[in-house]
Amino acid sequence: MIEFRQVTKRYDSDHTALRQVSFELDRGELAFLTGHSGAGKSTLLKLLMVMERPTAGEVVVGGQRLNTLPKRQIPYLRRHIGVVFQNHQLLFDRTVFDNVAMPLEVMGVSPTDIGRRVRAALDKVGLLKKEKMNPMQLSGGEQQRVGIARAVVNKPPLLLADEPTGNLDPELSADIMHLFTQFSQVGVTVLIASHDIALINDMGRRRLTLDHGRLTAGAGSQVMPGGRV
Amino acid sequence: MATDSRQNADSQRGARQGRGAPASPVKQYLAHQRRVARDSARRLWQTPVATAMTWAVMGIALSLPVALLLLLGSLQGVSSGWESSARITAYIEMGVPLEKANELVLTVNGYGRVASVELIERGQALSEFRESSGLGDVLDFLEGNPLPHTLLITPEEGARTAKGVQSLATFIEGMDEIERVQVDLGWLQRLNAMTDILTRAAWALALLLAAAVVLVIGNTVRLAIESRRDEILVAKLVGGTDAFVRRPFLYTGAWFGLGGGVVAWLLIQVTFWWLSGPIERLAGLYNSDFSLNGPGLEGVFALIVIAMLLGWLGAWVAVKRHMDDIDPGDIAGG
Repeated sequence: MIEFRQVTKRYDSDHTALRQVSFELDRGELAFLTGHSGAGKSTLLKLLMVMERPTAGEVVVGGQRLNTLPKRQIPYLRRHIGVVFQNHQLLFDRTVFDNVAMPLEVMGVSPTDIGRRVRAALDKVGLLKKEKMNPMQLSGGEQQRVGIARAVVNKPPLLLADEPTGNLDPELSADIMHLFTQFSQVGVTVLIASHDIALINDMGRRRLTLDHGRLTAGAGSQVMPGGRV
Repeated sequence: MATDSRQNADSQRGARQGRGAPASPVKQYLAHQRRVARDSARRLWQTPVATAMTWAVMGIALSLPVALLLLLGSLQGVSSGWESSARITAYIEMGVPLEKANELVLTVNGYGRVASVELIERGQALSEFRESSGLGDVLDFLEGNPLPHTLLITPEEGARTAKGVQSLATFIEGMDEIERVQVDLGWLQRLNAMTDILTRAAWALALLLAAAVVLVIGNTVRLAIESRRDEILVAKLVGGTDAFVRRPFLYTGAWFGLGGGVVAWLLIQVTFWWLSGPIERLAGLYNSDFSLNGPGLEGVFALIVIAMLLGWLGAWVAVKRHMDDIDPGDIAGG
């Protein structure tokens, strides 16, 4: 589903965010991306979203080489990638329902279909009863779940999460992780950037570790101890 | 694989549409356009004061050149009306006898393009002058009649243009017994020249103010873009195309244009209504049936359409300049 081939990303100055990173993620695989802050986690996610282009090497998502993807094709690629952010990026000028509906509206889905699919996604994260509320009225954990509902509402084959549990207590974090596991079980490839070591150890999934832009662990798709279910 | 999954997604969507309420892509697209248009209008409605101010600025900027052009159009109507009553006065040389003058009448008539030729005998001219000028006593001191025989020539209808009248005047001037030809067209030409200059000036003004309108709308839409920055970011993140992100702002510009056009029309109507009384009185003093012509139905329609286009253009400029600055990379965090 995802393949990095000798990917290097250098920003204008001497700052090199990623150095010759290579790895593969299969369909339905759930993996963590860890490393100290500034190790290149966000850069790696940005490359997948084509917010940045690699300086060298190739990024392939779903068989498509992103290096050569024309700019006007980028929106169509993003419709196949769900993203969850630490600060969840919800819009407070509209209801929970309207927030979750955005990816569908962008695709021009008809209002009846939007209603059905948004409610299905909200049901999945357990917030069906709060669809008419403003996200501001929700707790941190609930807001993050709204963000997840928005990321999965159009059933993308790839789900990226950037510190999705950053602001949550361990119990809520476990809830969120459970959701991600469920998605991977139905074939969604999930990549979670996190430095919540305890949580990652609990999950016992594949771990990609970045250190100053180099991938120091998890490059091969070998099964980690206590690995894939 | 991405293409695979996209095809899958598309075929799923297709299948769903087949089962549910059948909606053609065109219909869905139009429904989406309607929703966006309505949403943009609703947003303007939510900030009534700011919206009204933008409308007023636009209305004033548009009404000024349009009112000027309408006024000049009315003036041109006047001059063409007066042109039709253009007459040529030809003074015959002093020594020419009455019989010869009568021959001249025939000659001028023979030229063609002449509706009528009237001979005013010098005696008759003197008595008319005595009556109208009130200088009777002064005239009594003169030894003889200082006035010549005079021809009053009215060109035929087809020749009542500045050019036609001029060529007729040249012909009459060329005749031996004619002392001097006077065409009462000079002032008309001056008026025409002046309206020409003013019309050009009005168009220049219109262009400048149209540019100003585009800039004003551009700036207003820029603020709207700023205030919806988060929404644009999210829309771009979840795969909104540039066209999708742009659309609401283009509608906003068009709605500004619609309001501005209506305000301009109202301003013109009120101004013309306010001016109509004095202008009729003035025209009455000149024995003219001059009146201000309003824009008319097509004029109003054109005004509003042009205003909407200008608004749209302003929005487009703003969107083009500022949309690319909003890059979803900013929120992906460090």
